[in-house]
Amino acid sequence: TFYIEPLKINKLGVRASDTFVLTPTPQPKDDFQEELVIRPLHSGDIYASFQFRTLWETDFMRENKVSHYRLFPKSLGQVISKFSVRELHISFTQGYWRTMQWGQPFLPSPPGAELWVWFQDSVTDVDAAWKELTNVLSGIFCASLNFIDSTNTVQPSASFKPLGIVNETDHRFLRYATLPREIVCTENLTPWKKLLPCGSKAGLAVLLKSEKLFHSSFFSQTVHIRPVCQDRECKTTSWELRQTLNVVFDLHTSGQGKREWSLFKMFSRTLTEACPLASSSKIYIDVTDNPQEEYFELSPATPLLSQAVVLGDRRTFSVYDLTQQVTFGTVRSLNLLIRWKSTEGECSMLRPLLHAERYVAGYGLQTGEIHTVMYNNHPFRSFPVLLLDSVPWYLRLYIHTLTVTSKGKDNTPSYIHYQPSKDRMRPHLLEMLVQLPPHSVTEVTVQFERALLKWTEYTPDPNHGFYVGSSVISALVPSSVAMDTNITQEQPLFSSFFPCKEESSYFVRVYTEPLLVNLPTPDFSMPYNVICLTCTVVAVGYGSLYNLLTRSFQIEEPNPRLAKKIANFIRRIRGVPLLS
Amino acid sequence: MSALLKRSCSHNMLAAIIMLIFICFCVHFQNTAGQFFSSGHTNNWAVLVCTSRFWFNYRHVANTLSVYRSVKRLGIPDSHIVLMLADDMACNHRNPKPATVFSHRNMELNVYGDDVEVDYRGYEVTVENFLRVLTGRLPPSTPRSKRLLSDDRSNILIYLTGHGGNGFLKFQDSEEISNVELADAFEQMWQKRRYNELLFIIDTCQGASMYERFYSPNIMALASSQVGEDSLSHQPDLAIGVHLMDRYTFYLLEFLEDIHPASKSNMNDLFKVCPKSQCVSTPGHRTDLFLRDPGSVLITDFFGSVRKVEITMEAIHLTDPILHPMSEEVQEKTYSYVDQLPVSEIIHQKPKQKDWHPPDGFILGLWTLILLVFFKTYGIKHLKHIF
Repeated sequence: TFYIEPLKINKLGVRASDTFVLTPTPQPKDDFQEELVIRPLHSGDIYASFQFRTLWETDFMRENKVSHYRLFPKSLGQVISKFSVRELHISFTQGYWRTMQWGQPFLPSPPGAELWVWFQDSVTDVDAAWKELTNVLSGIFCASLNFIDSTNTVQPSASFKPLGIVNETDHRFLRYATLPREIVCTENLTPWKKLLPCGSKAGLAVLLKSEKLFHSSFFSQTVHIRPVCQDRECKTTSWELRQTLNVVFDLHTSGQGKREWSLFKMFSRTLTEACPLASSSKIYIDVTDNPQEEYFELSPATPLLSQAVVLGDRRTFSVYDLTQQVTFGTVRSLNLLIRWKSTEGECSMLRPLLHAERYVAGYGLQTGEIHTVMYNNHPFRSFPVLLLDSVPWYLRLYIHTLTVTSKGKDNTPSYIHYQPSKDRMRPHLLEMLVQLPPHSVTEVTVQFERALLKWTEYTPDPNHGFYVGSSVISALVPSSVAMDTNITQEQPLFSSFFPCKEESSYFVRVYTEPLLVNLPTPDFSMPYNVICLTCTVVAVGYGSLYNLLTRSFQIEEPNPRLAKKIANFIRRIRGVPLLS
Repeated sequence: MSALLKRSCSHNMLAAIIMLIFICFCVHFQNTAGQFFSSGHTNNWAVLVCTSRFWFNYRHVANTLSVYRSVKRLGIPDSHIVLMLADDMACNHRNPKPATVFSHRNMELNVYGDDVEVDYRGYEVTVENFLRVLTGRLPPSTPRSKRLLSDDRSNILIYLTGHGGNGFLKFQDSEEISNVELADAFEQMWQKRRYNELLFIIDTCQGASMYERFYSPNIMALASSQVGEDSLSHQPDLAIGVHLMDRYTFYLLEFLEDIHPASKSNMNDLFKVCPKSQCVSTPGHRTDLFLRDPGSVLITDFFGSVRKVEITMEAIHLTDPILHPMSEEVQEKTYSYVDQLPVSEIIHQKPKQKDWHPPDGFILGLWTLILLVFFKTYGIKHLKHIF
């Protein structure tokens, strides 16, 4: 199907009634935006976040299949329609986000791979669709997502509410799984880059070179698909595909110790043009801590300034618009340079209001204790948090030892949902709604016992240990600045991911570290040793005994002399009995 | 008499005609046989496997990636390559230069590159998965990039590297594949017509033992060392701290770097790669199962990719465009986003109604036993007291 512009027909001077106009099918409108946010961190590191968003007004769920894809990648579109997916969130992360040193990320993600999906109401067998979906995604992203099965999938009952438009939320259609052991490398970045409309050839994606990106303290690439409102009235929905890439470059490994960052130093590339298919292509540099250019200077200078409320704070950004030719200057290339002037006089970083840690206590290979510690750094406000813990079956939790203490006193959660594990079938699921008192530390402890696995269930390197996925803490944190609840698309992408319902608080998700526990590991060379030893004992002991009992001994004549041999030979020929 | 003559004449003519037909058939047969002896493949596949785990086996991953790089350079696309790497060296935390795998000292050549797609990685590289890929017996939900979708006109290159011994190859230090299993897998492939010709290269210690048991036709095999010999590694890099490549694959890579998609080098040149002076071990090869003469087989028959283009003069009629009915209805309802943490809703959440399942077999059996024992001891007359 194609669409003829009516303007062209008029220009030709042909009457409308004479022309043969093919009935035009209005193409669903799609739109692509790209954005890069650079935030210098107080420890000297630098945080860069790429956001690519494709919006498409179409309906994957209708009967006539969608067949013409333009900006939206076809592989993901087919996945959505085949498996009746309503929302899909997948992330691949290498490294752990240090909240106390770096603040809150724009989009959090746990180490390893994480996948959570909301299916449509029309799906009858959610588990079968989930299994097939993980296999298909493992082929698309070159990752071992096919290891997601019932032993690490959970169905949260209150966390992970849909981030897109929805009629009602029935948690039977939600599945969540995480693979903390999953490695992220260039083979995951390559297919991710291929999903972008301009690929890695034009626009901001030319900066994505793996040799620099993986030589960082933190790297995370995510894909989020959800239906969103098209406009203020929200009568129609469109599908949104967001691809984000967050990377934190370390001052000493990537920056050679010098506090000076540029696009070339970070990515070994400079920008020459925006993606031609993008309707907007911008770079935001966070200059809130530098209002009069007293700490660092930004070159080339830009007159554009923008303010946005992100993570409960009003931040100011210098904006570079790549769709304007003037941004690239006379050299036709943009290499942003941020140079620090002096090291003293740094204002302190805003302390993140919510922060969490997790560790294993105990000794030996039989029992242990998991401690999850949550910090509420707000001076006078308390807020509720929802803690989701998914522990594999081989760590047998004793839930009767679960204690939640804040400031030394017991703190009863107002909601607990616990689903016990089933050996080799289902992991533990623990969800609790805990109210964190202001300026306090809350500790959740639970004891566990380690199980002995069957010898075929051990990985080829069992002495490395076994991973337990990160805990997820979802919270509505009170905000010091009024949040923007307007859902128009004019906001920059990085501030409009989580939908905001009220002005006084913002939603945040914090991930703890994954745990690495050692299970009692057998010595795998023992079967071989036992077989060798047993066979040797049996052969030597029983064999000699058997020989002694069953062998009969005969007297052997010595070799006859030569003459006798010849005589015997002749006798044999003649057929006459031989000499003795 | 004339009738007799006529009959003999007709006999002669018949015989002549039969002779002519026979000669024609022979010639035709010769032509098809000639065609048969030139490679008749239409597509190329490659299965490249590295079977070793752990950082000190860096060289095996570098071996496999250098063959991957050559094969991609000569034209085989990613969709036709099944790459299996048992461990991740590029993004390993011990790697001083992340996202790189080098084959030459002083970091001259990065064989990992920027455009790599690994199909099976980490714990997925097992003997079972390898044999399933070869024979095509994969579960139905396996994606296309993980399948070997070859047909009877495919030339397949299979490259294995790792630690091996006399008659076996170790996978990830926890299981082995024997040469008999491998030979049987190739026979399955032949029976199912999954290849036209197969080139098998193996770079392990005592590699020649792995191809001793092959018995399917159209297989050519190369190994880096004979039975009783070890394949040695090439050179360490002091910055990275491990040996970067094995000798045989290092010289194979140097040989392949000179090959371009139109080159006419044949297999005899490949057999001369890495003589004993360079390799210390004696590379071996096996061509008795291969029907063509190795001198007539081009390197690009296996390492490159054939693209046959058929030009057609037929016209194709496009169908009329599909007319979608314009959706006239105006949406009345307004959508909205959902509250991310509805505290009051969560606190008052009713517990989920668990689906009722009929009692387990164990419970049923236990109750049956209890009832049986009860009625055996006390007799049936108590039944009416129960019901």
